[in-house]
Amino acid sequence: MPIQSINDFVVRFANVNGSGSASANQLFARSIIRMGVPVTPRNIFPSNIQGLPTWYEVRVSEAGNLGARGGTDLLVAMNPQTWKDDVAAIEPGGYIFYDSSRSIPKSQFRDDITVLGVPLTEICNKRYTDARQRQLFKNIIYVGALAALLDIDIKVVEQLIGEQFKGKDKLIAPNLEALHMGRDYAVQNFECPIGLRVRHADNVGDRIFVEGNTAAALGAVYGGATVCAWYPITPSTSLAEAFMSYCQRLRIDKETGQNKFAIVQAEDELASIGMVVGAGWNGARAFTATSGPGISLMQEFLGLAYFAEIPAVIFDVQRGGPSTGIPTRTQQSDILSCAYASHGDTKHVLLFPEDPHEAFEFGAQAFDLADRLQTPIFVLLDLDIGSNHRLCAPFAWDDSRKLDRGKVMTAAELEAGKDFGRYLDVDGDGIPYRTYPGTHPKRGAYFTRGTTKDRYARYSEEGADYVDNMERLAKKFETAKSLVPAPVLKSASRKTDLGVIYFGSTAPAMHEAADMLAAKGVHLDLLRVRGFPFSSDVSDFIAEHERVFVVEQNKDAQLRTLLMVECGIDPAQLMPILHYDGNPITARFVTKAIGDAVNQIQERAIP
Amino acid sequence: MTYLPKPKFHHPDIETNELGFTHRDYEGPISTLCAGCGHDSISGAIIKACFELSIEPHRVAKLSGIGCSSKTPTYFLGQSHGFNTVHGRMPSVLTGANMANRDLLYLGVSGDGDSASIGFGQFAHAIRRGVNMVYIVENNGVYGLTKGQFSATADKGSKSKKGAANRDTPIDLVAMALQLGATFVARSFSGDKGQLVPLIKAAIEHKGAAFIDCISPCVAFNNHEGSTKSFDYVRAHNAALNSLDFITGRVPITADYAPGSVEDVTLHDGTTIKLHKLAEDHDVRDKGAAINALHRIQARGEIATGLVYLDSDPDDLHANLNTIARPLNELNDADLVPGVAALAKINAGLR
Repeated sequence: MPIQSINDFVVRFANVNGSGSASANQLFARSIIRMGVPVTPRNIFPSNIQGLPTWYEVRVSEAGNLGARGGTDLLVAMNPQTWKDDVAAIEPGGYIFYDSSRSIPKSQFRDDITVLGVPLTEICNKRYTDARQRQLFKNIIYVGALAALLDIDIKVVEQLIGEQFKGKDKLIAPNLEALHMGRDYAVQNFECPIGLRVRHADNVGDRIFVEGNTAAALGAVYGGATVCAWYPITPSTSLAEAFMSYCQRLRIDKETGQNKFAIVQAEDELASIGMVVGAGWNGARAFTATSGPGISLMQEFLGLAYFAEIPAVIFDVQRGGPSTGIPTRTQQSDILSCAYASHGDTKHVLLFPEDPHEAFEFGAQAFDLADRLQTPIFVLLDLDIGSNHRLCAPFAWDDSRKLDRGKVMTAAELEAGKDFGRYLDVDGDGIPYRTYPGTHPKRGAYFTRGTTKDRYARYSEEGADYVDNMERLAKKFETAKSLVPAPVLKSASRKTDLGVIYFGSTAPAMHEAADMLAAKGVHLDLLRVRGFPFSSDVSDFIAEHERVFVVEQNKDAQLRTLLMVECGIDPAQLMPILHYDGNPITARFVTKAIGDAVNQIQERAIP
Repeated sequence: MTYLPKPKFHHPDIETNELGFTHRDYEGPISTLCAGCGHDSISGAIIKACFELSIEPHRVAKLSGIGCSSKTPTYFLGQSHGFNTVHGRMPSVLTGANMANRDLLYLGVSGDGDSASIGFGQFAHAIRRGVNMVYIVENNGVYGLTKGQFSATADKGSKSKKGAANRDTPIDLVAMALQLGATFVARSFSGDKGQLVPLIKAAIEHKGAAFIDCISPCVAFNNHEGSTKSFDYVRAHNAALNSLDFITGRVPITADYAPGSVEDVTLHDGTTIKLHKLAEDHDVRDKGAAINALHRIQARGEIATGLVYLDSDPDDLHANLNTIARPLNELNDADLVPGVAALAKINAGLR
């Protein structure tokens, strides 16, 4: 029996890299959103340049589940190379849409799926002579055919095409023509719609559809960043590029046409963070965007910035391990390398946005925190939220908000004779005052070093001075607990001994899984941590539950380690739920893993 | 080692500059380098150059990496902000600092290990970006802090204190800087203050990437017979291309040179370098000829010193980036934050 589902299914496009499918696939996704139905697309792109496989998975969910689900209800099979695996991943009763220009033996299909062949190449070759046109319009033709098959409102698609080519109006008519060629073929040859359908709904609201990297970059603009130094690395590159393009739009001085920002593509990640440290030392808000290998390369500088107490913001868009391949897949595996980055006794502030909305919010807030705490701040995104479009609450700002430049002693204060000791804890919060270079002719200059100094920044190798400084840094880290975003609690509908701690891009899958588990009678209190160092809210939450599952997307249970070490938790109390195959975590996975673990606990409990 | 301030008293008739500062105002605490170290002479030359140019000390930012040379910024310009960064990475920190505030004078102090080995890449890229700075390498061909290993600028065949000969080809930072697009390139010798001070002054006035390779013998580990970076060797093999007088617009030219051997080079801001040519055929504006001169003199077994190359109308990083004239670290909320109305438009465009 073919799957019957309205506004709740997964379409997976299997494409050939470099074939221009990305914009057509996005058109497909956006059309459904415009019909008021939440959609979450995910790019799955291996480290290939051209001619190799790439996938685009679209989850349609009127209920608003934005996490990856797993499985495929409709396969759009445009890549013969991956055909076998793609077909095998279709759910029983699912559908396959393919280019039937060349006949494919029946043995290549499955008995339990519905086959929808459209001779896309044939249609294209008949209509177009230019090779590039044949390729690009083929993509639009399949969007047209899919619109008919899934009952997507064609007027919505037409409108989006009009918006997409606004200013290049010549392109509108040919695209509409291609769209209708596909649509007409489907209507004439199949019974439309099929079992999977899109129906107008009102579940999108005022949400926006944007990538986390773009959002974080805009956050940097609103956070007052003026200096960006970066080195290209997937999946963070688009963050620096988005900052560039937003600055071009929002940060050009109207009178002179000059830039109120400076962006340098550095020679490597060492230079990137070096420039950020130099700019931060000199009183500009500066950031870099990178991924795991970049964090590894920046370690030495991060220690210097920590000890020299220099504001810096690092956006780490996390991915898998070293070299290339899995690194173009998503993971949350830089937690420990960021939290304890560098040699010596260092500890860093981390922020964990769950989606683009928070990537914007934390992206801006990170600069206030960096200046306030005079230390590096890490904003930990990952490929799943960084490089994919995600529906999220619109970006929010308050015009009464002011940039918090932290404790900076001014020329007037120095002139008035205020005591200045660069590493002097005046206010009891561990945070000293600093001066920008060039502030006052006679006062406030100091020499910046790592650890070898006293409270007045004079060279000192005395053990007592070193210890004094380290204790102040520890106090400062305590202060940070109350400044980072607080965790968000989502209580179960009834009292429970089971808790879950999770963070970042895991959020939608976790929320969906919690609902699925609740339906099975497993009730969970959820705590989404949004910052490190952990406040007492986190340790209290753990104390209030007999068991706490820590759900994360890495193999070594890095957040769990951090919780154990920093909050002094008994390891037995924290059960790791780990997903690390490079694909985004799914509600199905979490439901099964927690469900199995709960069963085990219950079995053990029965005498 | 702890910190040793210098006594504050001085001669009642001590000379003051236009700002009323004495040279004492440009000093720092007492140096902890070895007695007789060439680096201390370079610190002295920096102090003299800044004093004579009447630079406000607090408008200088001095940055260094790690090594003997990189310790020296502590010992001069005590009223300037300084930053002892990490090994080989001064250039990136200086670049970032310069991006943040284009109005200060950036003095980068480095060594041959710091710039020619671990930081070779950063040296290269800061130069090619045209960062407005004075970049001085205190070049002794040896790792002093770790007791005498060869550095990448040690000449082939030069002997270590223990008698081992260096087998690797040396890196010539002057030739590199030329190739990388430095707009002011010079080499000098810590033992020749008469040459070094005007070079530093000219480099300070130069509004672009100014590079000075200053040979600075290490008295502890590289001042023996068989070393090509010893005081005796450098004195005996110094082939000066020119000697300089640096003249600000107001001061009359007083030096007396043989007619025809003097060339006035006017800088962008109207100051003048009076260049006394010692090598007849050396034209400081001809980069190709400068590279040839370096090779020719090196082939003779000598060391070319003096002003090697000058582009008197350079571009700098900020010109290339089209940055606003005001320092970026002075921009405020109104300059930087686009506000709610702009955000509403952005949100609308994402639906």
